[in-house]
Parts: sequence; structure tokens; C-alpha cells
Amino acid sequence: MKTEHQPILDEQTRRVNLQQVINLLGPFLILAFVVMFFAIIMPGEVADTFFSAYNFKLILTQTVVVAIGSIGMTMIIVSGGIDLSVGSVVALTSVLGAVLIKSGSSMGMMILAVLATGGLIGLLNGVIISVFRMTPFIVTLGMLGIARGLTKRLADNQTVNLPDIALPSVGLLMADPDPNGYFVAPGIAVVIDLAIIMALVLNHSVFGRYIFAIGSNEATARLCGVRTRLVKLSVYTLSGVFFGLAGLMQFSRLRQGDPSTALGIELDIIAAVVIGGASLNGGTGSILGSMIGALTMAVLRSGSTQIDWPNYVQEIIIGTVIILAVGLDKWRQSRGRQ
Amino acid sequence: MSVPRLRITKVKKCFGATQALRDVSLVVGSGEVHALIGENGAGKSTLMKILSAAHSADGGEIQLDGQVFAPATPLEARSAGVAMIYQELSLVPHLSVEENILLGREPQRLGWIDRSERRRLALAALAKLNQQHLPLKVPVNQLSLAQQQMVEIARALVGSPRVLIMDEPTSSLTQVDTKNLFEVILRLRDSGVSIIYISHFLEECLELASHYTVLRDGESVGMGRMTREALPGIMRLLVGRELSEVYPRVPHSVGATLLEVTQLRGVLKPRNVSFQLRAGEILGIAGIIGAGRTETLRALFGLDPQIGGEVKLRGSSCNRATPRAWLQKRVGYLSENRKEEGLMLGRSISDNLLLSNLHPCATGGFINRRRQDRLASSWMSTLGVKARNSAQNISDLSGGNQQKVALGRLLHHDAEILLLDEPTRGIDVGSKAQIYQIIGQLAAAGKSVIFISSYLPELLGVCDTIGVMCRGTIRTIRPAPEWTEHSIIATAIGQDEN
Repeated sequence: MKTEHQPILDEQTRRVNLQQVINLLGPFLILAFVVMFFAIIMPGEVADTFFSAYNFKLILTQTVVVAIGSIGMTMIIVSGGIDLSVGSVVALTSVLGAVLIKSGSSMGMMILAVLATGGLIGLLNGVIISVFRMTPFIVTLGMLGIARGLTKRLADNQTVNLPDIALPSVGLLMADPDPNGYFVAPGIAVVIDLAIIMALVLNHSVFGRYIFAIGSNEATARLCGVRTRLVKLSVYTLSGVFFGLAGLMQFSRLRQGDPSTALGIELDIIAAVVIGGASLNGGTGSILGSMIGALTMAVLRSGSTQIDWPNYVQEIIIGTVIILAVGLDKWRQSRGRQ
Repeated sequence: MSVPRLRITKVKKCFGATQALRDVSLVVGSGEVHALIGENGAGKSTLMKILSAAHSADGGEIQLDGQVFAPATPLEARSAGVAMIYQELSLVPHLSVEENILLGREPQRLGWIDRSERRRLALAALAKLNQQHLPLKVPVNQLSLAQQQMVEIARALVGSPRVLIMDEPTSSLTQVDTKNLFEVILRLRDSGVSIIYISHFLEECLELASHYTVLRDGESVGMGRMTREALPGIMRLLVGRELSEVYPRVPHSVGATLLEVTQLRGVLKPRNVSFQLRAGEILGIAGIIGAGRTETLRALFGLDPQIGGEVKLRGSSCNRATPRAWLQKRVGYLSENRKEEGLMLGRSISDNLLLSNLHPCATGGFINRRRQDRLASSWMSTLGVKARNSAQNISDLSGGNQQKVALGRLLHHDAEILLLDEPTRGIDVGSKAQIYQIIGQLAAAGKSVIFISSYLPELLGVCDTIGVMCRGTIRTIRPAPEWTEHSIIATAIGQDEN
């Protein structure tokens, strides 16, 4: 039905659409900026290796763990929460995988156990946060310590080595890409599939709508009959399963159980989600953005390593990029409001 | 005789020791707009929260179309056909128009949202309001206030409610938007929806409603047909209490102008506020909630942006001064929000008393504990604060004693001008009398006070001058003896003959 207001409101819709495109473009811009930065700064022969197709496939493989983690983290952050226990959960589940394989369990059983453990820890986080109404930051900070401690106990505080015969099947998910052919690690396909499914869930399912509603205004969501506690609990549990999956990938990549692995990886994951356009206040964020964010983090790490910068330079540069990304987001939002 | 749409009989509700609702009865017919009128704190919000199941009643009965209505959750109330539109918009800012309208009742197939059905339902709800031109995909935080209000109403209309409750829907709307809203309300009424319309503005009630009920101190004290002839009676019911408290008057005289505010404008409110404050003057500001009284002080004190206008202190311009700058000029502000803004709950009495001026008890940047305690203790005895000692946690104290500490901070700061926002809200009668006494003594010492209050007898009893605000502007300023409760209320709700 046409009314005389139509042109103005079409304008409003168009402006918002444009803004959404810009928001989506933001993470890509940051990635492009990082790539260009390396292109300019790298000496010729290093650049040739860095910008090869093989290295790109390698970077993709290195992205897998952080990318899966940031799919779960995106859900949590959109709902207005945070999870600091990811690194410990990744370590716990990867060591659990190693212990199980070493004791002769089948691949299928091992995968099931790893995912269930991740989900269980997420469920525990979710129950404490939503039923006992404690702050996610504190609850998951506590869980960070608990899970890391359990990991060390499980591994007897040393690396869990596998029999040689088990190595190829364990390592398959995160196998090195074929330098000349088309083969990439199956883990990459898992990430892409999971990202597509979760993007659909966040944008097209009732569950997804409720996650956004709770992060944006929890009081209103409850007033509209949304079961906010159940939704939050489900978010943490489902994310826990994803963190278990990330642990599986880490195990596959290391082909051993290392109780000190993935230390501080939660910060990379949170950075990826924030670079991807999510706000730590909740209510905004996207899976696609977080995936680009995860890729950006991997490119930064890989590039810094190949230039042969010492570790401390890496840390400083990554820290700077995170602050720049959030600054860009703030600026974008204040522009959008005018 | 037909069964009324909604019948509320002798409903009661207590919060701890406070009796919010004593005895409220209300009858609304189908297709009727019913005005619910009452002062701030009369119990309107509590009653509406019971209807929407945010609270449950302690006694009495509610019937909806002859059936007992006792919903346990907001969702149940909505499914039974009672929908509520809140005074503060309660939309989810990041979600789009159609997502907000269907929030909590999304059309779905196995958990996946049926987008075309959602679009159809949202459009149908908007069409009832003749608002189908609203952009469905735009996040609501991009819309104007009036558009957001339409989204809010549309959400209430999903599922065809039988009773629609609107709480002060025009308080943030412009005149044109208000006119549109009225058309919408009348259209809904004609389609058979019963509407409970809560408003301070009698003129609006007269235009919309066929019947009214007046609430006062948690009781329904009058009801009848809403006609122009009924207005004087309603006004009497609204005021209807005696000047039971005594206001100790400290003799003082008014001197030269200190603070001059001209056409002050904030982001939304105030719209246009001008006044002068003289030395030794107590200036009261009256008005209903939402008139912009607090916003005026906040914009003046630099807590909210000052968009326009001129502020002068002793003849020199002080536009957009920060709170810190005002404090340095010895102008202090007491927040109406004691718990969240006025005090640091969890810290000691002395921390709260001395925060804005720590110099007297510090040497070289380090605080001397003993001097701090001595200073705080002397203020506590001056103010009559009842507590174990100055190290006691402020949250252990009663509201009255907390407020005396908050006010004491301004005294310790030796403020010359005190901006007091609802200084007596929620405290006992004895503490109130002490605070009136302190205000009077300040004026006698040549200091100036701006005193915001929703309680008219205290304004009339304490102030030298009273300005009445309505919709973001000070409508009239007059010496206090020239005001009556009746004339203040009439001005505050836009019923004066200006």
C-alpha cells in the first residue's frame, strides 16, 4: 500500500541497508589493511613465500581452532556474556582425546567424549550464570582455572604421546595441505559448514532472535515471554560443545596431548569476535565478521613469524590492531547515528 | 445487564510495610476508553503491574469478561488478552521493527522463523494503526520516538488484545504525534478494544475517555463519566489532603541575583527554561514526572549536554561548565537517585561525606585517617546522622540518614548554591523536618537553594518562590504565597488559563 510517507521511509531503509553493508565491510577492511601492511613491509623473497597459495592454505589451517572458538564466542557475546575458559577447555578436551586414543578407544568414541566434555563444562558455566545469576566474567574466570587444573591432572602434568600407528588418523583433520594440489585440511571444511549453519541459526531461527534480544535488552525480552534463563543456558552449553570441537582440532594438529596448550587463546578468540564487529555490550555481532576476524588474527601471527620478528613485536602489533578495530567500530557507530 | 470487560474489585498490594494499594476498584466496559487519574505515587503503576502480572495482588479480585483473571507471568496476561504499553519504551534497540513486533510470538516451523508470515503479521498489526508505511527491516533505534511508540503499540496489538493499558503515552511526544496517537486510540476503541488510559493531562482524558477513576494514596476515591463538568470535582479529589506537616520557617531575606538561566535547552528536555536565583532564596520547582525538572538541573550542572541557552553565575558566563567546574565555583548538586548516583553504597559514611572536598583532611595527597574521622564525626552530629561511627557502611543506614549524609557532602563542600533534586523522597517524616530546617538555615546564611519536589505541601511550606514546569519549560514563576496546590497542579498539567 502506498502512502505519501513512502519516499522518506524508503530513504530510511536505504540508509540502514547501506550502514549494514558498511558494518559487514568493516572486518574485511581491517583484513585488507593487515595484508597490505605486510605486502609493503616484507622483503621480496619473504613476500613471495608469504603470498603463495600454499601459505594461504597453511594460514587457513592455523585459523581453524580460533575460528571454531569464535563461532561459540559470537553467540555468547551477542547474548551479552563472555567466556574466558575457552583456552582451558581446548586444552582439557585435547588432552582427553590423547588419553583416550592412547588407552585404545576408537576415534568415534573419542570424538563423542571430547564434544560431550566441552558441552558439560559449558552447561556448568550456563547453570551458574543463568540460574545463580553470577557474572559471566567471574564464573568463566573460575572455570579457566578449574579446567586447566583438571587438564594437568589428567595428563599427569606431562605431554601425552601417542603410539606411532595412531598418528595418521588423529592428524587427518588438520593435515598439512598439499603444496601443489587442491588438498586442504578437512578441519577447514568443518569450520565453513559450521559457520554457515550457525549464521543461519543466529539470523533465521527463533533461538537466534532470542539471543540478540537478550543481549540488546534482557528486561524487554523477558517481558515478551522469552525464557531468558533457558536461552542463556543453551548458549553456553552449545558454545561449550564448539569449544570441545576446537579442542579436537587442536589435538589433531598437535597429534599429542599437551596440558599447557592453548594458553590465552580465549583472548585471540574474543579479539576475533570484536574485530568482526560485535559489541561486548551485547546485541550486535555476526558469524561472518568473526570468521574474518579469526582469519585476520592468523594472518597477523603468520606474517609476523615469517618476517622473523621477535615474539614481543607480534604481541604489540596484535594489541594495536585490536584497539584500532574497536576504535573504527566506535567511529562507524557514531557516524551511523547522525 | 451485560458483563463488563474488566472488573477490578477491592484489590490490595503491600511492599513490606508500605501499603501501595489499599482498596482499588475499577470497572471498564468493552470498547471504552477509561481514564485513570492520580498524582505521582498514587498507585497507578502498581495497579497496572498487577494487571500485566509483573506483581501479584495480595487481596481482591480481577475479572476479565466475567472470568477470574489471575495471570502468573506477563506472557499469560498477554495470552489472556491484556496488553500493556509502558511509559518508558520497552523495545529491543538492535532488532528491527518486524522483529520487535513479533518478539516472543514468532511464527515458526521447527524453530525456524517463517519470515513471510512474520512480515504479514507485523504488517497486519501496523495496518490496524494505519502505520503500514513504517520500514519493517530497520532497527528500532534508528526510528523517531513517535515511530517507536507506534511499534510498541503494534506489538501490543498482535494477538488481538481485549484490554490495552497505556501509561502516559504522550509524555515524550510532540503535538502532531500526539494527535496521530489519539486517532489511533479512537480507531482501536471503535474496533471494540477496551483501553485504560493513564495520564496527568486532564484535557487529553477529556478528549479520549468516556469514564474516569481517580486514585489517591492507593485507593480509588472517585469515578464517573468524563465530562467537562466533572473536572472541578476531579481536581478536588486529586489534591484532597490536609497540610498536616509543619514546616519550620527560618527567617531569611533575599538578596541580589546569583544565578541567571536563560532559555536553557537540553537534548530532549528541557526545551526552554529561564529563571533567576537570588542570594538567600529558596526556589521550588514543581511539575509532574516527565516535565523535565531533573533534566533541567542535569543540563545546568553539566551532567547532560547543554544544547542551547545561556547560564550566568554572578554575571559571568558559565555555559557547558563541567560538574567539576561548578563545584569549584561552589555550586553543588544532590541527585534524586540516591542509591545509584547520589551515594557510594558499600563505602563508609566519611568517604561519602568528604569525597568532593578531601583537602581539609589530606596532607601531600595522603589522607589522614584521624582528621578524616574527626571531620566526618563533627558533620554527623551537626546533621543528626544516627550511626555507630563515621566508618560505618552507608548502606546500613536508613534512607533518611543516608540523605542527610548526601546533603552533608554539599555542606562540607561549603556550596553557595545547592541544587536539590527530590531531597525528601522516600524518607521518614522526622528526617524530612530536619532537612527543611537545614534548607532554611542555609538560606538564612545567604546561600541559595533550588528545591525540586513532587510533594506540593513541602514546596509551599519551604520555598520563597515556586516555578512550575510543564512539558520541558517553566510555565510560571511566582512567589510561593501566590500559589495554591490547586493552581500548581492546574499549571503542571496544562490546565491553567494561559
